[in-house]
Amino acid sequence: MQRYSGFGLAKHALSHHENWERQWRNPTPKPQYDVIIIGGGGHGLATAYYLAKEHGIRNVAVLEKGWLGGGNTARNTTIVRSNYLWDESAALYEHAIKLWEGLSQDINYNVMFSQRGVMNLAHTLQDMRDVQRRVNANRLNGIDSVVLTPEQIQEIVPVMDCSKNARYPILGASWQPRAGVARHDAVAWGYARAADALGVDLLQNTEVTGFKIRDGRVFGVHTNRGDIEAKTIGCVAAGNSGVLAKMAGFKLPLESHPLQALVSEPLKPVLDTVVMSNHVHGYINQTDKGDLVIGAGIDGYNGYGQRGSYPTVEHTLQAIVEMFPIFSRVRMNRQWGGIVDTCPDACPILSATPVKGLFFNCGWGTGGFKATPGSGHVFAWTLAKNQAHPLAAPFSINRFHTGALVDEHGAAGVAH
Amino acid sequence: MFHIYCPYCEEHREEEEFHPKGQAHIARPEEPEACSDEEWGDYLFFRDNPRGIHHELWVHAVGCRKFFNITRHTVSYAILETYKMGELPRFTAEFPEGSLSEKVTTEAEAMSRQEGVKA
Ligand SMILES: Cc1cc2nc3c(=O)[nH]c(=O)nc-3n(C[C@H](O)[C@H](O)[C@H](O)COP(=O)(O)OP(=O)(O)OC[C@H]3O[C@@H](n4cnc5c(N)ncnc54)[C@H](O)[C@@H]3O)c2cc1C
Ligand SMILES: [Zn+2]
Repeated sequence: MQRYSGFGLAKHALSHHENWERQWRNPTPKPQYDVIIIGGGGHGLATAYYLAKEHGIRNVAVLEKGWLGGGNTARNTTIVRSNYLWDESAALYEHAIKLWEGLSQDINYNVMFSQRGVMNLAHTLQDMRDVQRRVNANRLNGIDSVVLTPEQIQEIVPVMDCSKNARYPILGASWQPRAGVARHDAVAWGYARAADALGVDLLQNTEVTGFKIRDGRVFGVHTNRGDIEAKTIGCVAAGNSGVLAKMAGFKLPLESHPLQALVSEPLKPVLDTVVMSNHVHGYINQTDKGDLVIGAGIDGYNGYGQRGSYPTVEHTLQAIVEMFPIFSRVRMNRQWGGIVDTCPDACPILSATPVKGLFFNCGWGTGGFKATPGSGHVFAWTLAKNQAHPLAAPFSINRFHTGALVDEHGAAGVAH
Repeated sequence: MFHIYCPYCEEHREEEEFHPKGQAHIARPEEPEACSDEEWGDYLFFRDNPRGIHHELWVHAVGCRKFFNITRHTVSYAILETYKMGELPRFTAEFPEGSLSEKVTTEAEAMSRQEGVKA
């Protein structure tokens, strides 16, 4: 692998940047691998990378029906934080943030992780109580988290309407300084390049159409490019997880919903942090390029169409304009949807399944981008040892029968 | 934007008047106390999530406030039919086109629905 560096950039400038190596190979599928990962989004690619790097399992294929990172990985609003309420989820997301902090060095790829802070606003007394409770829980878990007053908020975000007569008055907020945003494509590409360098085969345009199962044990998959065998298979297919589970003969407690986002034309710097409001369901930040990135809520109905409904976008923009009157004349450039796999307790599923050898990593719903490195890390461990990683153990699919849910819904400002 | 026919109001109205309420035709177990953990968990949390034809419960929230069912395709988002509580769908994953005799009923009903709109 050609290492990236400032020196390399200068050297390649001399040859007009025409001699860069391809970032990864385009191999033909082998008939058999030790491990198959289904889904070439951030989570699947991270899983493959940590399998190769930490567990020495390099005979691995990632099967992606489209192009790498073309699913929710490329469609999200890139917010990264770990200030979740419950111990189990806080531990998992904090594990991810610690990996984020060294990720660019680890995979020699600039993922532009920018710890510019994330603010979760409170607009009602109940919001405020929830914020206080969550901040206290965070601090007990060693996560940087503070409660801000409206005056402090106004100082950090001068362009937000924090006046008492605002349509959605701002009573306070939680604030995590180590939270922020990262460049989503770079995360997929960086993990892909690093995994490829360790020998992982990245197979694009390869769609899994069925499983080969004998005596309750998986031993391969059918794809549009022929059958491929492996005794351990990890399925990381986000919104399409339910479709794959059905192929394997069981159900997941997931529903797939469209979730939308939009970006504006580039502006001069005006917002240097991330502002989220669960109550009015809008969240916003500004990219280094200058676009405002705005996220909406999910559409209430199930859908696989990778587009969402107009009323949902309108609702979000109404809230954004109320909070930021200065943005009322900004033009939007693009709008899109991704299909998120929502789970009843708003927590992921990292789990063995009724089929031996087949594991699922899904249910991240509207908020899994932030977990990408941590999810890949603990899932690789789980696949390599055929045993749940301690951080993954509470997220077994069994919880929907035992009742031991990790109920982040409504508690964690769970939007993203 | 969906244009949804409410089988009670007998009118097409805009999506914003309605709320989706998840999978249709889920029967509450007769004796919850007699359920195993598996059965109760399945009832509470496990849903059909098809890529294709899906039967959904909706409520006409700012209209008649009644619940009814919609058969909808989850990729094209096309609404194939709406029907009252207690009725059965004509369009299903097994019969995506509906059966022949049923088609006639559908057409006849479509006519009467149009009249409903005019009225
Ligand atoms: C609009 C929007 C905003 C969001 N905002 C945030 C945010 O701010 N912060 C945050 O933390 N999270 C956010 N999320 C959620 C986040 O994007 C996801 O949780 C996360 O990216 C999931 O990553 P993944 O790798 O599991 O899935 P994906 O990137 O979707 O990858 C799954 C891959 O599986 C492939 N696949 C599916 N079926 C098959 C098959 N049969 N065979 C082969 N391949 C298959 C798909 O093509 C896809 O590439 C947002 C999501 C959306 C849609
Ligand atoms: Zn009605």
